[in-house]
Amino acid sequence: MTTGNGRRDGSPYAPHTDADEAAMLDAIGAESVEELFDIPDDVRFDDEFGIDPTGERELRQTLADLFARNEELTEFLGRGHHAHYVPALVDDLSRRSEFLTSYTQYQPEIAQGFLQALFEYQSMLVELTGLPVANCSMYDAATALAEAALLANRLRRGASGHRVLVPEHIQEGRLGVLENYLDGADMEIASYPMEDGAADVDALSDLVDDETVMVYAESPTVRGVVEERLADIGDIAHDNDALFCLGSDVVALSLLQEPASVGADVVVGEADALGVGTAYGMGLGIFATRDDYLRQVPGRLVGVSEDAADMRAFTLTLQTREQHIRKERATSNICTNQAWVALRTAMHMAWLGPDRLVGMAKDAVTDARDLADRLDDISGVKAPVHDRHHFREFVVYTDQPAPAITNDLAGRGFAVHALDDHHIQVCITEVNADAADELVAAFEEVA
Amino acid sequence: MNFDQARFSREDVYEPLLSEKDSTTVEVDADGVLPDDLTRDELTLPGLSEPQLARHYTRLSQMNYSVELGPYPLGSCTMKYNPSFTEDVAADPNAGVHPDRSDRTIQGTLGLLHGLQEYLADIGGMDAVTLQPPAGAAGEFTGILIAKAYHEARDDDRSEIIIPASAHGTNFASAAMAGYDVVELPSDEEGRVDIEALEAAISEETAALMLTNPNTLGLFERDIVEISEMVHDAGGLLYYDGANFNALLGRARPGDMGFDIMHYNVHKTFATPHGGGGPGAGPVGVVDELAEYLPSPMVRETAHGYEQYEPESTIGKVHGFAGNWLVLVKAYAYIARLGDAGLADASAKAVLNANYLASQIDLEVPYGPFHHEFAATSGDRDAADVAKRMLDYGVHPPTTKWPELVSQAMLTEPTEVEDKASLDDLAHAFNAAYADSDEALETAPSKTSARRIDQVSAARNPRLSWQSLDDSE
Repeated sequence: MTTGNGRRDGSPYAPHTDADEAAMLDAIGAESVEELFDIPDDVRFDDEFGIDPTGERELRQTLADLFARNEELTEFLGRGHHAHYVPALVDDLSRRSEFLTSYTQYQPEIAQGFLQALFEYQSMLVELTGLPVANCSMYDAATALAEAALLANRLRRGASGHRVLVPEHIQEGRLGVLENYLDGADMEIASYPMEDGAADVDALSDLVDDETVMVYAESPTVRGVVEERLADIGDIAHDNDALFCLGSDVVALSLLQEPASVGADVVVGEADALGVGTAYGMGLGIFATRDDYLRQVPGRLVGVSEDAADMRAFTLTLQTREQHIRKERATSNICTNQAWVALRTAMHMAWLGPDRLVGMAKDAVTDARDLADRLDDISGVKAPVHDRHHFREFVVYTDQPAPAITNDLAGRGFAVHALDDHHIQVCITEVNADAADELVAAFEEVA
Repeated sequence: MNFDQARFSREDVYEPLLSEKDSTTVEVDADGVLPDDLTRDELTLPGLSEPQLARHYTRLSQMNYSVELGPYPLGSCTMKYNPSFTEDVAADPNAGVHPDRSDRTIQGTLGLLHGLQEYLADIGGMDAVTLQPPAGAAGEFTGILIAKAYHEARDDDRSEIIIPASAHGTNFASAAMAGYDVVELPSDEEGRVDIEALEAAISEETAALMLTNPNTLGLFERDIVEISEMVHDAGGLLYYDGANFNALLGRARPGDMGFDIMHYNVHKTFATPHGGGGPGAGPVGVVDELAEYLPSPMVRETAHGYEQYEPESTIGKVHGFAGNWLVLVKAYAYIARLGDAGLADASAKAVLNANYLASQIDLEVPYGPFHHEFAATSGDRDAADVAKRMLDYGVHPPTTKWPELVSQAMLTEPTEVEDKASLDDLAHAFNAAYADSDEALETAPSKTSARRIDQVSAARNPRLSWQSLDDSE
């Protein structure tokens, strides 16, 4: 029987007492709740799932035990998912239920708080990219890249071809998502070669033609290399009427060349380096572009307006681009997005302020350089493999088989990523920098 | 209940922007770090102290409505209470690993993913489930890509997806993104799939029919078995949009109705918080015959523990990594907490609440019998205006003017978490707003942080950043 909160035979979050249920059925004119289900017998489910309800205390323990089966390794891992220290303020304030348990801001008059926070996030991205339009989130860098390619294709409907050029070195997930998103638009992907970890600009120039709708480059690249000829890449794209899409992340953008200054038409990438920490790849896709393409932007945009009291107020805007209005002619199918992650990223960036953010980005260059130099001193190890500037991460060559070294390092408490038989990628930020000495020592033992 | 939402204001703005509180420009001097030509010149961002930020965001939070403040009866959005403990579980530091870790070292993470794959398969009557799609719409796109791969493997070139006119906008957009032409299906007089129209729409071009059941009027598609046979006889597949699955838990399963592919909206059905727009998660379940096409990687259990693997004919990736992990943890915890009885009770109370609320409002509800949601009509009153007036009663209004099948629709879904007293308050808000004068409706709301906001001006003169405000001054 139901007795309100704490009863054992129903949902702990359905608060009905027996008396209420009876009164409600009476008002409806029904004998039982089951009577309200209009489901034909031939599709009724009469079996069980076999999931036993569990008390909150027991379940927390069960899940804590399960997660404890993850080995406690110090991770020197990056490749598109980067962990920086997330201050307590971000957890504390973003978890306020007014933020966490709100819906998309379809009624802006009661949702000014979230809308303003998203507007502030958009503004921070505008500052970082130098581009005037930033949406308030894509799922991750991979889907943002794919959406950029679709945008480029829409702008070039009459083009003779529909090709996107991507770097030879690209995170597998980004390439995989791009392939799936472009399939339905009959677009194709080609890759341009890299030379010593950076774009081979001459080779790229030969590959771009009038069938190319977009050229994509990254800085830092998936191998952590700072791309040095972004402006040249942009020029090549523009000379062929293609868009130049630049991939980066929120920390790198605070230090490296401003995308607008090198001719980027669209900036995509990960914003999860701030506000997220390590979350098994859960991301926050950046999407920023020029004013000219405003009406082709995918996803939600927050804008400023005025209310009936002539006060400044915020609202979702330009919704005629979106699926709930435009259906199959929408710029994208995205509806639910990563708004709460964007809130956290904005909080984290505001907490850092410009000084500490730039300082963190400089550390990403110098810490990577220092760690690479120290690994390079080890016999049988060369680091970095590419004679370039690096940001956070770099590739290490090992005489010994890389998978075995990776395995041995795991046994000593460290996670690094084996790229192939003799290459390992290593990533350093402030969350693992304190363990750099120990990593070097362990490397010496196993390499 | 009297409602007055918090508002912080000064002169002609509410809480000032971060940029209005401080704007600090730092010169990016990277001497010794990187060559000058590889760095930007300067960076301008707010530079505020932690106490200042704490006040800023706390004030913003108080100018934001949420499901912990009151009911959120947005039809088809399913805003239910988000249990506190699932947040703590997801915050477990051991849960936050990097996606490049080796399988052997993350048995806890893989164990949870495997467990959730199994839970969802059982609950939906599916044979295999991917957790990678990061939202419901991404799930739809994934499902349609799977259908496409299935047909292509048979050298069967099909070009059309059939979708009811009353379906969510994402269905149309997802099908189009996958390269299909959309065939829109009208409803019959009773608000369900028009079988004759379906007969006419189905052809050898039909790749799939996308349906939600109960549909967006809350009505169960009673002819679902016949519909399924019609689609399958023509060589098409049947896709289930999980948006309304909260109505059916433990009573009916899409797999048993003949659906081949489905997505689950975990923030709707399994109580993960919607976070002001996301992150969500849109796992996709399929029948055995389609399992080889699922995205990569999947998780399986072996004698040596859990491992990731690539399905034989996988469509590849739909997210850079493994989707929205933290959301999946919360969904798992919710399902494990409720179990069979709790899940079935959630649906029972969701349907009870919708029916009770409908019986208490003065607005007409033209279609039935409905389940977890109903489309009321505000008749000759503008539904959007009635909704704005409802805000003044301290409740969030329903979805308005959708589905278009009902004129001046107010699509209402209270979910199971409201008790009778809360539903009575909600009914009072409906009835009082509905009965109010034209003037009251047009000038509402008046008790919210902001008054009625001019949407036209926002779109006509887009100001999308604080930089754009400086420019216009």
